[in-house]
Amino acid sequence: MTDLTSLGVKEIRDGVAKGDFTAREVAEAFNAAVADAAALNAFIVTTPDHALAAADKVDAARASGAELGRMAGVPIGMKDLFATNGVQTTAASHILEGFTPRYESTVSQKLWDAGAGMLGKLNLDQFAMGSSNETSYFGNVSSPWRKTGSNAAMSPGGSSGGSSSAVAARIAPAATGTDTGGSIRQPAAFTGICGIKPTYGRCSRWGIVAFASSLDQAGPMARSVEDCAIMLGAMAGFDPKDSTSLRMDVPDWEAALNADLRGKKVGIPREYRMEGTDQAILDSWEQGKAWLRDAGAEIVDVSLPHTKYALPAYYIVAPAEASSNLARYDGVRYGLRDLPDGSGLQDMYAATRAAGFGDEVKRRILIGTYVLSAGFYDAYYTQAQKVRALVARDFERAFQDCDVILAPTTPTASFPLGSMNEDPLTMYLNDVFAVPASLAGLPAMSVPATINADGLPLGLQLVGRPFDEQGVLNAGLAIQQRAGFTAKPEKWW
Amino acid sequence: MSNYRIQGATGEWEVVIGLEVHAQVTSQSKLFSGAATAFGAEPNSQVSLVDAAMPGMLPVPNAECIRQAVRTGMAIEAQINAWSRFDRKNYFYADLPQGYQISQLYHPIVGEGSLLIEADEKAGIPEDKVIGIERIHVEQDAGKLMHDQHPTMSYVDLNRSGVALMEIVSKPDMRSPAEAGAYLRKLRAILRYVGSCDGNMEEGSMRADVNVSVRKAGEPFGTRTETKNVNSVRFVMQAIEHEAMRQVDVLEAGGTIVQETRLFDPGTGTTRTMRSKEDAHDYRYFPDPDLLPLVLEEDFLAECRASLPELPDAKRKRYVEALGLTPYNARELTAEVETFARFETLLAETAKVTGKGEDAVATQVANWSLSVAPGVMKALGDEADAANATAAAQAGILAMADKGEISGGQAKEIFEIVLKTGRDPAEIAEAEGLKQVSDTGAIEAAVDAIIAANADKVEQYRAGKEALFGFFVGQTMKAMQGKANPGVVNQLLKAKLG
Repeated sequence: MTDLTSLGVKEIRDGVAKGDFTAREVAEAFNAAVADAAALNAFIVTTPDHALAAADKVDAARASGAELGRMAGVPIGMKDLFATNGVQTTAASHILEGFTPRYESTVSQKLWDAGAGMLGKLNLDQFAMGSSNETSYFGNVSSPWRKTGSNAAMSPGGSSGGSSSAVAARIAPAATGTDTGGSIRQPAAFTGICGIKPTYGRCSRWGIVAFASSLDQAGPMARSVEDCAIMLGAMAGFDPKDSTSLRMDVPDWEAALNADLRGKKVGIPREYRMEGTDQAILDSWEQGKAWLRDAGAEIVDVSLPHTKYALPAYYIVAPAEASSNLARYDGVRYGLRDLPDGSGLQDMYAATRAAGFGDEVKRRILIGTYVLSAGFYDAYYTQAQKVRALVARDFERAFQDCDVILAPTTPTASFPLGSMNEDPLTMYLNDVFAVPASLAGLPAMSVPATINADGLPLGLQLVGRPFDEQGVLNAGLAIQQRAGFTAKPEKWW
Repeated sequence: MSNYRIQGATGEWEVVIGLEVHAQVTSQSKLFSGAATAFGAEPNSQVSLVDAAMPGMLPVPNAECIRQAVRTGMAIEAQINAWSRFDRKNYFYADLPQGYQISQLYHPIVGEGSLLIEADEKAGIPEDKVIGIERIHVEQDAGKLMHDQHPTMSYVDLNRSGVALMEIVSKPDMRSPAEAGAYLRKLRAILRYVGSCDGNMEEGSMRADVNVSVRKAGEPFGTRTETKNVNSVRFVMQAIEHEAMRQVDVLEAGGTIVQETRLFDPGTGTTRTMRSKEDAHDYRYFPDPDLLPLVLEEDFLAECRASLPELPDAKRKRYVEALGLTPYNARELTAEVETFARFETLLAETAKVTGKGEDAVATQVANWSLSVAPGVMKALGDEADAANATAAAQAGILAMADKGEISGGQAKEIFEIVLKTGRDPAEIAEAEGLKQVSDTGAIEAAVDAIIAANADKVEQYRAGKEALFGFFVGQTMKAMQGKANPGVVNQLLKAKLG
């Protein structure tokens, strides 16, 4: 019998439907793999019973001849930013340690409704703030990948680092991620998997611990473009509980997958040729062009002139929103409360938040508070919003000349944990290629392209027009078919 | 022009007043959540996950609250902004679960409008005056801290958290406590006519932040203070009076007014410092990224407009012009929703019963509604059962009076019995002998007898002492045991006395 943990979403779903194996067998196999992979620290809590219960329901439904959901029998990892009813939800923070919601996020509920089960809650950068998964209160996540000839623990990327690590290590066939400024795409690129951030508003934000409301978007992380298409279909959809949710039908992305790109134009943004980008990344970008040309697309140069302002604007807008969104963690109603003897309300706030938030979270709250302050608001926040509008307009113009944009996902491959902690700005640069699409709210995906000289994966990024997830997925599929990315991390955990 | 001045040691001071009124929007559920809004519920029994700011919760605007704010704006003939936006006002407090209040700083839903306060000589408002309204925006209310539940800790009740408020900001157009009082009463009336706020100040449905400054005539505005959360018209007037005096005292003693937030103490009628500008919060307002801009469609606006009732000013004008009421009566009758509603019901009923036009009976009904009926009810006190005061019963009494079958005094007596027993007025008049005599024969006999018995007085009257006419009327009425129709008595006396 095949090793069930080597299978992806589509193979598991179809195999369960055909009766090649039961959903319970799949859940048991992954539960065992999760239990065996504690060294990765990908999960904050595991929920084997949830996975088994969901599997049993699917097996029973199949036995009764009922129609099966699009994720039937697929156990997944859930980023610990999604509220899960009865299961601790922490955003990888101390301040929410032990917090167990009595409600279920819209996206996770849709996945359970589609027949998926939960293996556990995945580790992440605290409150999704970070690009290396080193800001979690529950410890660093290790990538399953290692540099050739080295035992140094590598970063799985962030903030969805538990998700990328688990999927790359084959302890989960797929996982949810969230992307505020690259938090799905960068970890996907670092670990040789696929991840798509859909158009802002496709997936409901209801029940997802908020980082930066105008940017946060959920999306799937899996090992193939097809698997992403299937899972995104289960996650997306209008939600009246989220005022920014798109009131649009969800297309059947899986059914419409098509790698034939004849008649399509692929834009290459000249401003993405930045100093400090690895030569191997630039080479893989060239390779990507060739693959898409081979798939029938025409390659055209496009210009996104405000690209270099995107990252600074992002680091104003996102912290500004975060500083306000995180004000609710105050020790009054839930989560950590630190009430020193004889202290009043203000002392309780100070003590609780000092103890409950990590350094990176505090840094961003401070930045955000500063840029919104009287006297600085116009110079920072208003200015950043103008830049944001210009970045969006750049894309609008570029998409008059092309259908989809091809760019690197990150300027470098993964790096060893602990190697980038000196200067937060170098860490922030990881997201320089990811952030513009986030500011513009566009669908964007990372697909694995190749392995560099160190034996580490590199990703390529596709950015589409608003609502054109299909165009992004199709171009991703064309790359996937030609890249033939079959490399797997060697099991060391 | 208000002539209200404060007499200081250095001369006269003018008071400049602006009011920010917080009015709770009448709606079944909160501004951004589905939780209920009823007053007086058990603590924390009307709190949704959104109101408690649980992780991942999101606000969704309640269309009914938006509609009420728009209708209110229309009622003060204000600019309605088809595009508005919600902003977050950030500060930490235990009654503010989100750590921010969702409000509208930069783009309020309602722009400039105005409100008319009517001349009221007695109150010191010599002529009608238009008070400008700067804006109306909608925002969330906070919860409530309870400090009396535990010896060392405070409790939080989130029932009010997230309830929709309209903040109605006036221009600094008022110049006396009386004008401020008139403005508040008028605003309250408009809100209640429109149905967008119940105006119940005791339950906190309406409260005012009072901005006061003083200046010498012709000088620019002085520095103002803001007295927060004053919850009755009387207290607002007291707060202004005290605060203006205090400012004059400070200035005349050579001091300066500090821009600050103050608290009103209803016990002493005074204000005291709450926090100064230096301690003022930096609220770090910014557009709420959880909410899209609020765009109002033409259909929605048309429906809001069509649903507006006749408003106080229009009603008052109609009462004077179409019904022939005095301006005083018109103002009294239109001041409260309940008053005009009762009046209009009784007016329609009386017109129906008498077969006359509303304009023909309006003055009679107005006098009855404003003075006669309340007088009788007040005199009876607990003996009166207000439920007996139906429109039909009162119209019955008014119709009998209109036909001259009963006198004014008899009308009151009949109404007393109606209030006590609920019996039918016509039956009471008959059974209790409460009818006046209009039979010319009977009255004529009485008149003749009195003329005969008072020949000397007849002589004097005919010689020009016209004041004696009242004597003859009194004598005739006495002879008729008060039941003669005064009109008929007058008529006969005039004819016979020549």
